[in-house]
Amino acid sequence: MGIVKKFQQMFSTVPMLGWFLGILTAVLIEYFWGYDYISYYLGLPKIPVLFGALIMLKEPLMIPGALAYDLIVYVIPVLAVAKLTSPFTNQGAALLEKLPLWLSAVLHLVFLYAVLHLWAGINDYRVLIVKLTLISIILTVSINVINGYQGEFSCSHPGFMALGAYVSSILTLVLFTNDKIFGTALLPPALAPYCFPIVLVIGGAAAAVGSLAVAIPSFRTRGDYLAIISLAFMFIVKSAIENLHIIGGARGMGGQPDLAPLPVIFIWTTLCIWIIHNFVTSIFGKALNTVRDDEAAAESMTIKTRKTKMTAFMFGAFWAGVAGGLFAHVLTYINPGMFSINRLAEILAMVYFGGLNSIVGSIVGAVSINVLGEALRPLELFKWIIIPLILIFVMIFRPYGLISFTEINTKKLLEAKKHKTKQGVSS
Amino acid sequence: MTPLLSVKDMTHYFGGLRAVHNYNLTIEPRQIFGLIGPNGAGKTTIFNLITGVYTPTEGEIQLENKNIKGLETNEIAAMGLGRTFQNLALWRHMNVLDHIRMAHYSQLDYGLLGAFFNSRACRDQENQVIENAHRLMELFDISKFAGDLVTSLPYGAQRRVEMARAMATRPKVLFLDEPTAGMTPDELVRMIRIIRKVHEDFNVAIFLIEHRMKFVMELCEQIQTLVFGEVIAEGPPEEIQNNPRVIEAYLGKEDMT
Repeated sequence: MGIVKKFQQMFSTVPMLGWFLGILTAVLIEYFWGYDYISYYLGLPKIPVLFGALIMLKEPLMIPGALAYDLIVYVIPVLAVAKLTSPFTNQGAALLEKLPLWLSAVLHLVFLYAVLHLWAGINDYRVLIVKLTLISIILTVSINVINGYQGEFSCSHPGFMALGAYVSSILTLVLFTNDKIFGTALLPPALAPYCFPIVLVIGGAAAAVGSLAVAIPSFRTRGDYLAIISLAFMFIVKSAIENLHIIGGARGMGGQPDLAPLPVIFIWTTLCIWIIHNFVTSIFGKALNTVRDDEAAAESMTIKTRKTKMTAFMFGAFWAGVAGGLFAHVLTYINPGMFSINRLAEILAMVYFGGLNSIVGSIVGAVSINVLGEALRPLELFKWIIIPLILIFVMIFRPYGLISFTEINTKKLLEAKKHKTKQGVSS
Repeated sequence: MTPLLSVKDMTHYFGGLRAVHNYNLTIEPRQIFGLIGPNGAGKTTIFNLITGVYTPTEGEIQLENKNIKGLETNEIAAMGLGRTFQNLALWRHMNVLDHIRMAHYSQLDYGLLGAFFNSRACRDQENQVIENAHRLMELFDISKFAGDLVTSLPYGAQRRVEMARAMATRPKVLFLDEPTAGMTPDELVRMIRIIRKVHEDFNVAIFLIEHRMKFVMELCEQIQTLVFGEVIAEGPPEEIQNNPRVIEAYLGKEDMT
């Protein structure tokens, strides 16, 4: 406990910018020397993809090497650079504070993206993981609107995702590709990247319309019954797609153009987080909380509860649809089996692990479950014992999830950290 | 002068049970009106009927000569009918400031898109709401709890949060359902002061259900006594106090407190 406190205090003066710089250094070290020198001398076959987790689990003999690699490439450079440059990065952060908050936030995001791009660019597998993780973030944050902020137990998120994925796939296949089923392209394929946002929005809108099938019953019922209705909706969507042979049925649908590179997904994810953050901190968004906590009181305080419920479902479903569209264009192949009970379990695990009623929690949940899922892949079946076990422990010790009921405070996150002399430690 | 709130011949059945029978009510602007009666007489049911939680089987309800029967609760509330609840109905995961903020819901018009993209109108209106909320919290002496979860507040403060929240909806008539239930004598005196203050500062009429005779007799200008869904007596406090039917039905013995 004492060490952790000391550690925290030591790094409390590092602003967000400093951490970015530290990570950038680590990534640059890996980029230039990771393969040629470090992993070679440590006896590793190649650059460890996910911090060496895969190598460690496959070949236990490599554990010291992989750990040393993590230490040399990540831990030491990040901590050292973050700490040593903190006087300079604090000045930088102070300069950025003079800018409008949104501009400062955008600059930080650009920096973050650059680091992420560099890190992911070392290996194709990493790119895929990062893409799927970002999509998971959209899914988790959006289901948090329904299950966390609005307090329903909705199980239909994979259904919404499927609607978005299929509608946007059909659109891109019809418009921009020469497809066996849908014929020649109606528009020149060069236009595709520019029209893709519109396609995604249409996919999202389709999911939002579909969500009415769950939203309208929610006027009359809550809790378990709504959970069953939403589960039914998910299976209806899945079976409907399986039986529609024009869109491939159970065999699925492939050949989507690869319209979702990393920057596109990153932009959509930040857009999603920004909009949902604005929504849930506004009075219209907080109305979801009042409906969850006491509907009768909400009605008496002039809050339109039906409109609020409908908004929550349609809004959440919209983003699930967008995530589905991105997902389809990352994998360039989808089938109905992808949007079934397994996906639901994954999404629910992410949101309940991360924390209800919190965007930060959702991001943490999505990233940790995704990365954990990939890192534990060599364990095969045991992966599905370990992850649920972790989930059970989180539920026992923090029933609302790791980070619940907290909102992002952008200003505080990005501000320069003044050197505090024993502040708050005084007893 | 037209009455602020008028109820004519309201009757309501729950299945075969007649909960309220031929109920009439006229509240003038700025009047403090009391409703008393034994447990199960139907007092809260009358509150719920007027505020639109249930729609009465028969009868008419008008607020400032506009029909409000059959409207949704939130519409009635937005037209100027605020209320508190018998058992506190607070939002347990929200802090005090948010409670007061939320009650401004009907006064906003920036729309959902404004909320999504944090438009200028949205920011301006939200800031105004926060300002107004702080004024209300000051008035009800709950400013020091602004950032706290309501569940962590002492009981009396929770009651005051509920009243502040009801006042934030800008009611013309305020319905108080047993505002002093479970309060200590100290808190009771304080509540009387607060209700007086609300009555003066906000120019509202008040319609309250109460069990404590001292409280009702001190505050109310007009009192109705309800027994088994029917009004058996109506009049100013002295009259009610001495009405033999009221004493018999409700107070039982003459040595009431």
